[in-house]
Amino acid sequence: MSRAFTIAHAGAAAAGAPAPATPRAVPHRGGPVSPSADALRARFPDAVRRVDVVWGETSVYVEPARVLDVVRWLHDDPEQRYDYLADVTAVEFRDLEQPIEVVWHLRSLPFRRFLRLKAQLPKGAPLAVPSVWPVYKSADWLERECYDMFGLRFEGHPDLRRILMWEQYREGYPLRKDFPLRGRFSRSEQLRQALAANPEARYSMEELSIADAFEDLPQEMRQRLAAGPRPGE
Amino acid sequence: MGLTNRPAPSTVTYDPPSQDGWVATRLDFLVNWARANSLWPMPFGTACCAIEFMASAASRFDLARFGMERMSFSPRQADVLICAGRVPFKLAPVIRRIWQQMPQPKWSIAMGACASTGNIFDNYAVVQGIDTIIPVDVYVPGCPPRPEGLMYGIMMLQDKVKRERMKDEALRHEMVPDPTSKLYIPPSAIDELSEPFGNSVQQTRSGL
Amino acid sequence: MATTKRTVEVALSTNGLDAQGRPQRTPLVVGGNGADVALEAPPPLEPDMGGEHMLINIGPQHPATHGVLRLVLELDGETVVRCIPHIGYLHCGFEKLGEYRQYNQILPLTDREDYLNSMGNNIGMAMGAERLFGIEITERCKVLRVIAAELSRIMSHLVWLGTTCIDIGAFTPFLWAFQERENIYNLIEGWVGSRLTPTITRVGGLAADIPDGWLDGLRSFVRTFPKTVDEIDLMLTRNGIWVGRTIGLGVMTPEEATNYGLSGPMLRASGVAYDVRKDFPYYDYETYDFDVPVGTNGDVYDRYLVRVEEMRQSVRIIEQAMARLPDGPINVDDPRVILPHKHKATSEMESMIHHFKLVMEGPRPPAGECYVAMESPKGEKGYYMVSDGTSKPVRWRIRPPSFVNLSAIPRMVEGHLLSDVIAINASIDIVMGEIDR
Repeated sequence: MSRAFTIAHAGAAAAGAPAPATPRAVPHRGGPVSPSADALRARFPDAVRRVDVVWGETSVYVEPARVLDVVRWLHDDPEQRYDYLADVTAVEFRDLEQPIEVVWHLRSLPFRRFLRLKAQLPKGAPLAVPSVWPVYKSADWLERECYDMFGLRFEGHPDLRRILMWEQYREGYPLRKDFPLRGRFSRSEQLRQALAANPEARYSMEELSIADAFEDLPQEMRQRLAAGPRPGE
Repeated sequence: MGLTNRPAPSTVTYDPPSQDGWVATRLDFLVNWARANSLWPMPFGTACCAIEFMASAASRFDLARFGMERMSFSPRQADVLICAGRVPFKLAPVIRRIWQQMPQPKWSIAMGACASTGNIFDNYAVVQGIDTIIPVDVYVPGCPPRPEGLMYGIMMLQDKVKRERMKDEALRHEMVPDPTSKLYIPPSAIDELSEPFGNSVQQTRSGL
Repeated sequence: MATTKRTVEVALSTNGLDAQGRPQRTPLVVGGNGADVALEAPPPLEPDMGGEHMLINIGPQHPATHGVLRLVLELDGETVVRCIPHIGYLHCGFEKLGEYRQYNQILPLTDREDYLNSMGNNIGMAMGAERLFGIEITERCKVLRVIAAELSRIMSHLVWLGTTCIDIGAFTPFLWAFQERENIYNLIEGWVGSRLTPTITRVGGLAADIPDGWLDGLRSFVRTFPKTVDEIDLMLTRNGIWVGRTIGLGVMTPEEATNYGLSGPMLRASGVAYDVRKDFPYYDYETYDFDVPVGTNGDVYDRYLVRVEEMRQSVRIIEQAMARLPDGPINVDDPRVILPHKHKATSEMESMIHHFKLVMEGPRPPAGECYVAMESPKGEKGYYMVSDGTSKPVRWRIRPPSFVNLSAIPRMVEGHLLSDVIAINASIDIVMGEIDR
């Protein structure tokens, strides 16, 4: 009836990976440490700051500058093979003295493992961390969203610009704790700024590089481009 | 108040003291009947309400009996803009542009609580009711409103259409924000008035 | 190639430009286990005849973009040279709102982000909150949640099927699919009272137990639903038009798909058998006997086959769950999270205090964090919650599968025709509510 395709009974893991089971009676702290954490400590003794196990999940705190090396090793090493980047996100705590934590969630599909990497960025220093886009293409949009919401710069990202808010959004970085829930500007000002962001007149810089589209741009846009960089950006 | 108790709105009576002629009232009746029973919706569906809108258009609730099965995704050919779903600020200029592209006669339905008032999304990102951007004729509350609720709203709109009069030209004027209107309050005055409450439309002080 | 192209001098905010002012394109280098494979864009279908490329804009309001998605396409005739998606038109600040809500108050938010899989999202969020609290739910609750999750999967795949058929041109399966959804709506409405946004779970249990006779309704659904799936299958799977429009489109190789973070039917159609229910199971999924369909080519047709087969497998799971549904309480017996019974709250002091604290403040988990992932119909849906001991999370993060799946669309549509863009976009099964949150 349908074109033949395989039906898998098991998952994607290689033979020899631990059998999957629903976690039961997971302790708050003090669970078993993931073997990848020990391997990381052995391979990068200076980059790994601390290892934590909370609710059965291992979190490894690494030096922010070494993140790309660590991630590349986790991806390439045949014993680790973390081939799947689930998520890149950040956490800012309510205690504003605490550093911002950038979090990477990695999965090893062949070995059925889950690992969390964290990097702590203290508030006084510029909030920048290497991008893992060279290793995982899924980091593209995930890091853009992190930049949009927190203002973290990911060095080495090919195209770091806002993704959820519009590119000329001026209120700030929404998920920061000093950003109020309802925004900094008044409702009428927010509406005014939103309506002024004319969707047709605003193409991204990448799109404008399509040289032949220049003829199709509206006159005022061509003048604005010819005039130079846009103010306020 | 139910649908059964209201007078049948499609009756147009001939009222000699008024200036309406007999022909004009018959013409009104005809035009309004035609418009109300073939409102082509422009489904501006963004979120969950769009799914309930699709369910209204599907077999069980069937909008075709209202003459509305022909969804017009081009605003140029639409009569009623049904905004189904939440509208963030990034989408605000889009919905205004779509509304401006619709030719008269046009009406709009704010379907769902998000389109009516912003619903639970009282935050930096969501427009607190699309009536801040476009004029709205009918508000349909619910999260999401049941298809029966949407149909009640559509029937209310049909009543509104049938009560229109052609001599009332102001109905077909394009509503644009008028800075000289007495209803217009400049943003600085709004800020001053709402200062004790900040941006909260619900004016809570509990920190939520 | 002799063309008269004018270059535009602009000040760009991104770096990495070549001499003509165009962004430099880095070829994909997927390194894995010693083999560095450089993947370049596929060669164009026809030789470039010279001439100008067109820039067109699809969306954000367009019937076929499954929500408010904006695609800017650079076209060479009808062939897509480049695609730049723009999202954020449905960004409603869910994650920010979550920081101001108690855990039970966040559950209605989860209904609305991926609104096609509302029950599944509720279950994922409750799973995460229960992990943070360290409580184990009752057996009856587990089985009922499995039933709800699989019903949710069927509902989502039905919408996908209906809307994809409309995009490609077949209108009738939409009506059939939505009629089946009405049958499921009846069941959910009988359970909790709401059709689309049920908020079926609470932290530690469910909103309500299933009413008497509900299982008979479910049994009759399970009996009649496979016939609809067979009908749709019969109409589409060997249909020349359907096959012609979907075969060979949007192909992703397994390594690419894994590297791009795809999950769910997108990843499985490419040949990678990763299903969260099989690999990192929850709620005893390893004890249910079900198969996971895995495709071979990774094109749109395979994704269609995978999703249709998944609906059948969901029916299988529901039948097993119904057979093993135990009696017992649905809520865990923990006064720190579950509201006490009304008559106890009005007669016993301790229960009254628990009731007061739970309503005013909400349940408070110990400080910690957790990332729980579940297999939503779109892929790996993750909830990452960080708690500092108060009743509101410090950070509530949704890992949206459609967001990551959609980021691969520029890779998938390059070299295809304009009408194929619509078909490929439909095959990703995106929900903008989840992508933009």
